[in-house]
Amino acid sequence: MAGVISNLGHSSTAIKTSPRAAHQSATSEARWIRWTLISIAMLFLALFLLLPLIIVFTEAFAKGMGVYIAAITDPDAAAAIKLTLIAAGIAVPLNVIFGLAASWAIAKFEFKGKQIALTLIDLPFAVSPVVAGLIYMLLFGAQGLFGQTLMDHDVRIMFAVPGIVLATVFITFPFIARELIPLMQEQGKEQEEAAITLGANGWQMFFRVTLPSIKWALLYGIILCNARAMGEFGAVSVVSGKIRGQTNTMPLHIEILYNEYQFAAAFAVASLLALLALVTLVLKSALEWKAAREHEIAVLEAQTQ
Amino acid sequence: MSGLTSTDALPHQQLNKKQPWVKKSVLPGFGLSFGYSTLYASLLVFIPLAALIVKSFGLPLDELWDVVSNKRALASYRLTFGASFIGALINLIFGFIVAWVLVRYSFPGKRIIDAIVDLPFALPTAVAGIALTALYAPNGWIGQWFALLGIKIAYTWIGVTIALTFIGLPFVVRTVQPVLADLEAEVEEAAASLGASRWQTFTRVLLPALLPSLLTGFALAFARAIGEYGSVVFISGNMPYRTEITPLLIMTKLEQFDYAGAAALGSVMLLFSFILLLFINLLQHWSHKRTGG
Repeated sequence: MAGVISNLGHSSTAIKTSPRAAHQSATSEARWIRWTLISIAMLFLALFLLLPLIIVFTEAFAKGMGVYIAAITDPDAAAAIKLTLIAAGIAVPLNVIFGLAASWAIAKFEFKGKQIALTLIDLPFAVSPVVAGLIYMLLFGAQGLFGQTLMDHDVRIMFAVPGIVLATVFITFPFIARELIPLMQEQGKEQEEAAITLGANGWQMFFRVTLPSIKWALLYGIILCNARAMGEFGAVSVVSGKIRGQTNTMPLHIEILYNEYQFAAAFAVASLLALLALVTLVLKSALEWKAAREHEIAVLEAQTQ
Repeated sequence: MSGLTSTDALPHQQLNKKQPWVKKSVLPGFGLSFGYSTLYASLLVFIPLAALIVKSFGLPLDELWDVVSNKRALASYRLTFGASFIGALINLIFGFIVAWVLVRYSFPGKRIIDAIVDLPFALPTAVAGIALTALYAPNGWIGQWFALLGIKIAYTWIGVTIALTFIGLPFVVRTVQPVLADLEAEVEEAAASLGASRWQTFTRVLLPALLPSLLTGFALAFARAIGEYGSVVFISGNMPYRTEITPLLIMTKLEQFDYAGAAALGSVMLLFSFILLLFINLLQHWSHKRTGG
């Protein structure tokens, strides 16, 4: 599953334009069909993707620049931004370490139950974000399994930063691993075996051979993981308690403003997250383009040899 | 010389009756990486998920059954699954057209459009939720035109369906796109030279080849939509029995400190997630066999 799922989002294959589109042939469609299909596709994307994006920015500035600035510099908004950065700043590195470890074990070794391991890694993607928040509530909440013990030792996990970090980690758990596993499987293990045979120790091999060859895929995974970590709403809203200025992340802050009918302020904070989404898409496309170029060069080199 | 211990180099070792659980390799770090990832995954994912199931069985069976099958829960399943299904169906049709257009035709702005397809993956669901609500509310850019016709979109099941279409949009496009790009032109040429019309080539040659990826994309969009919360809560209006999705019902139970009830509904959703995950795995297995990949 990880293999095919990781193709989601990789659109590099689509970049090569088909030569058959240039002229009418037996294996292409009539001109009017082509343009009808293109129009339908564009209308659909404009309606579902472009309009929501445009309205975020229009509504954000609907009451003028002053309201916009006030909304994003408000102390509660600043606290929400800070908490979002903290949560992502802890969750992403944790999942990077897990992703590297899991993909090393899965891609470079043969063991029984590998297929099950691959499926289990994807599990958090299939679980509803609300359920993801709920499970931590059942463990660490006041009525939870460890609730009493935690209270006795005066440790707060729910309605506090640790709970938000836990929920974020759960939601973004598979991102890095599922980017790395297919790539590392494809790369094989000859390079690393050569390094070890030549006397490198494990860490030398990892930092000088493995890491350089997966760095772009790793970065790609980190970008997607980070976007999801900063934008997570459902799971975090279960565990946060939504205490203003304390346990509100940016998406939760947006919800509160929206429910208080402060639409311009809600959209102003939302516009920051929409910008993050756009930056994510640009970086992602740039990385895909780079990967496609490198692949092309490798193929050309292989052909000329 | 350690290379010789690799079982890859000595396939005859596989004939040994007692196979080790993990194949020997010269590469280091299996114990550490496997042990660490298993521990991390168990602590953060598997043990908490197990706690969910344990907690829901804390209820007496008849109460458990009532929680998961009372009228309000059934209404929420109907909305969640119905709207997710319609949303995935819309994405199946239009996602296929988008993938087709992006792979087969060239037109201005194609690269940008290709990149923006992933917007629902990158845009936080709460942002999508308030944006869609603003568009489809009775006084919104789109909603006002439907209001003239007497059709309400936001705060009805139609609004829920639109939000679930949005968040599932990239799945069909991104599963079909690579398969479509890799299809051999020769097959289509052969069909055409044997006298097939373009439509016949499409329905008899292309569609069967694309079917596994279309179904996979559909299933992924459907699975994503079922669990969705953030983009739906704003546009749905959250009326019990009418526009209340199952994740929201769980949320309501939590706010009323009904942890066991929330856990029971969560387990039902988890069960469906498992079934869908299994189904998607089977689909992909089938798809790999078809394409020989």
